[in-house]
Amino acid sequence: MISTGSPHKPDLIEELDQPLNFGRASFDKGMTILSIIFTLIALVPLFSVLYYVLVNGFSSLNWTVLTSLPAPTGSVGGFGNAIQGSFIIVALATALSVPFGVLTGIYLSEYGRDNVLDDFIRFGVNVLSGVPSIIVGVFAYGVLVIPLKTPSAWAGAFALAILMLPIIVRTTEEALKLIPWELRLASLGLGANRFQTIAKVIVPAAFPGIITGILLGISRAAGETAPLIFTAASSTYWFTRPNLPTASLATLIFSYATSAYNDLKSQAWAASLLLLMLVLTINILARFVFRRRF
Amino acid sequence: MQTQKWTRRAFATLVALIAIASPIALQAANALDLNGAGATFPEPLYTKWFYEYNKKNPDVKINYQAIGSGGGINQITKKTVDFGASDAAMTDEELAKAPGKILMLPMTSGAVAVTYNVGGVPSGLKLDRETLAGIYRGRITKWNDPKIAKTNPDVKLPNQSISVVRRADGSGTTFIFTNHLSAISPEWKRDVGSGKSVKWPVGLGAKGNDGVAAQVQQTPGSIGYIESAYASQNKLPIATLQNLEGKFVAPSIEGVTAALEGTKFPENLRVFIADPDGPKSYPIVGLTWLLVYEKMDDKAKADGLKKFLDWALTDGQKYAPPLEYAPLPASLLKQVKQSVAQVQ
Amino acid sequence: MTQLTRKEEASSEIFTQEGTLPADPIFNNVVKVAGLAVIGVLIWMTLVVAGDSLPAIRQFGFGFLTDSNWDPNSDQFGGLSFVFGTVATALIAMAFAIPIGLGIAIFLTEDFLPEAVLTPISFMVELLAAIPSVVYGLWGIFVMIPILRPLLQWLSGGSSSGYGLFTAGLLLSIMVLPTVASISREVLKSIPRSLRNASLALGATRWETIFRVMIPAGTSGIVGACVLGLGRALGETMAVTMVIGNAPEIPKSIFAPAYTIAAVLANEFGEASGELHLSSLFFAGFLLFVITLLVNILAEIFVRRVSLERQ
Repeated sequence: MISTGSPHKPDLIEELDQPLNFGRASFDKGMTILSIIFTLIALVPLFSVLYYVLVNGFSSLNWTVLTSLPAPTGSVGGFGNAIQGSFIIVALATALSVPFGVLTGIYLSEYGRDNVLDDFIRFGVNVLSGVPSIIVGVFAYGVLVIPLKTPSAWAGAFALAILMLPIIVRTTEEALKLIPWELRLASLGLGANRFQTIAKVIVPAAFPGIITGILLGISRAAGETAPLIFTAASSTYWFTRPNLPTASLATLIFSYATSAYNDLKSQAWAASLLLLMLVLTINILARFVFRRRF
Repeated sequence: MQTQKWTRRAFATLVALIAIASPIALQAANALDLNGAGATFPEPLYTKWFYEYNKKNPDVKINYQAIGSGGGINQITKKTVDFGASDAAMTDEELAKAPGKILMLPMTSGAVAVTYNVGGVPSGLKLDRETLAGIYRGRITKWNDPKIAKTNPDVKLPNQSISVVRRADGSGTTFIFTNHLSAISPEWKRDVGSGKSVKWPVGLGAKGNDGVAAQVQQTPGSIGYIESAYASQNKLPIATLQNLEGKFVAPSIEGVTAALEGTKFPENLRVFIADPDGPKSYPIVGLTWLLVYEKMDDKAKADGLKKFLDWALTDGQKYAPPLEYAPLPASLLKQVKQSVAQVQ
Repeated sequence: MTQLTRKEEASSEIFTQEGTLPADPIFNNVVKVAGLAVIGVLIWMTLVVAGDSLPAIRQFGFGFLTDSNWDPNSDQFGGLSFVFGTVATALIAMAFAIPIGLGIAIFLTEDFLPEAVLTPISFMVELLAAIPSVVYGLWGIFVMIPILRPLLQWLSGGSSSGYGLFTAGLLLSIMVLPTVASISREVLKSIPRSLRNASLALGATRWETIFRVMIPAGTSGIVGACVLGLGRALGETMAVTMVIGNAPEIPKSIFAPAYTIAAVLANEFGEASGELHLSSLFFAGFLLFVITLLVNILAEIFVRRVSLERQ
């Protein structure tokens, strides 16, 4: 019972008892429906892509295709070397980017909290994360392909490493920042120096977060095509040395998807299925690793 | 210690991964890797060649990047490949830019087919010279245009927009095609000209011959120019074109051979046939060259490449007809072989 | 500059006091070198790309930006059509991605459905971001375009082939959606509940609260999310080149083929024959680099404002 002492008491109660006017009520309902529609609209392409890649790719995915080399159209071929190539290029890229990425993440989190260099590096990492991958490819071409006079797995790995760096730096820094300061103080209290504290206490504690970052970086690198087109190019043979052109799943999908030959097109779908499964699995794995620990 | 266990595990995984990743190819002492790049025009034949040659000579692995004739010339000039491939033989300017003398070796010849995707219109649509140029010039925009209907009275042409497809990359096929258009249409010659890349008045750009074929396949109402193997292998409709003598000819090995008949080949083996005469000649034909340095930096590569070239010019020629490429006339073959002998 | 808590200040003092604890100068320098290497790579990249553009810059100067004539045959290179295509496709993408992304973000932060249902949905929206660009292109060619073609032909009066500026923008919007949605969602989530409750208590409906209170409160962050999405849309290569039609001209209609900087680099870079051609491509690349740099700095500023406001 509301007592306002105001002469409008009965009107106020009436007003509060009134249902919402039609305009406001329908706006509210309408927007709710709209937001549901928008969410569904966003999910439609996701399901469509997954569906078509699954259906079209599954029928062409078989042991032969996964283990053979590309053959001229008409002969039975596959993209085994592209799987191998992707694996190797991404592995090389990871080997290049992880040390620099993790160490930089450690630097940003543990050292130089209040100096200009630290801000500068953070800014640089953010800028790097926004550079289009094709520009990174162009850079790697100028720096590694032209002097070495050949496309190579090294050049491709170099380009991918640059793309992975920001992800690894950022996730490492965040994972380290989540570690409570008490842990560091405790370590100091036991007589450890800074390096020992970081290496033996902090980093192992932040391990899942760092691994998440590395996995997310790998998932991005595995799917990149633009930088690889003219750095690692392509090949119809098994990988032998990293200073030769190397096949990769992404470049294979690009060249086969734009082909008129049906057998090549179905291989493009099969390769997409493989790549998609790989990338999504790593992505999902990374998130679960992170969520479980924190 | 936690860290030690982790380090050991990480190391073990790394070793395992490396083991999986490299079927460690036991390389024979005389294994040879050759890299080439260039034209998509001969790609079906070249990939067959490299595949068959590798079967006979497992130590020799020739890797080919089909990035277009422009790319082939670019890369051989920069020496980022061991040989280049182009359907547009290098101009004197381009040759001058190379750090050494480049030999241009014709390997085979073929026809540029005009393909299309129009509902209800089967293969064999007749396009006369004016119409072909008009379509690509953007003057003729509908399939039921009177100019097209004139030469095809029995075909039901729909009222559909023509989607012109051409190359987005630097292409020897474009060179051959635009060369012909320049020869048959003064308007084209004046406004657009010929070259590996031109300023197209209209059209969607696709990468490589394969890309143009795919684009036509995917786009109703489209028309495109591709090496004839791509059209026949993918069962795409092919237009019959009007040659210099006014006859309508479909692309075929006979048509190409007839077009090449009587052509004289200069010492550098560079010849373009923009508008061949002869009643049986198919109007749009071209040779395709491999570009090799006379003096190569690596002796092993030079020897290996020479062996392959000799094979390609003898045994290799038999793979051409099934793929719709015309084998080179005997006199030309002799000239090319002499050039190959100069490689060292 | 990050604010240090008193505890952190205390321990960082211990860390830097010489003589109290044995410092580890080697590791100290190792991490610094790693950090400098990261910046070094960025600077190196800028120098290489800018440096290789110099011949084109010297030849064309600012004219490059106003000339749409791209003719490798006669060494005439004008970058306007690529800049136009890049910006136009990005804007079309944002036109779709912003309302839809915001709508999703709102849907996922309000309590329309139980948390158990919203978490997998938000997860799926984020998965959209993990799909490789080339797979989007493949899907675009064989699924999206055939489905859209009737609509596009009707809208364009029959002249559309399905490939063009609009199609590329649409595909881009799908790729950029997750960025806008997930960051906006984070922003909306971090708005204090009390603000929302106060508005509701004053008699506003849920959606009135959203539009008049929540979104204004989160404006900085949401704008930051949009700008970040824009940055991504500007740099996308593979999916775009597979559906845009690759025509170096300013399209006469939104449904006609066009070109973007990223797409022309992917198509022409490997085989640019002339010195000027290659340099012009580098120039276009440098322009893209600068545009995305500026956009990302802008996004930084907006997103930073949110975290500062929070403090």
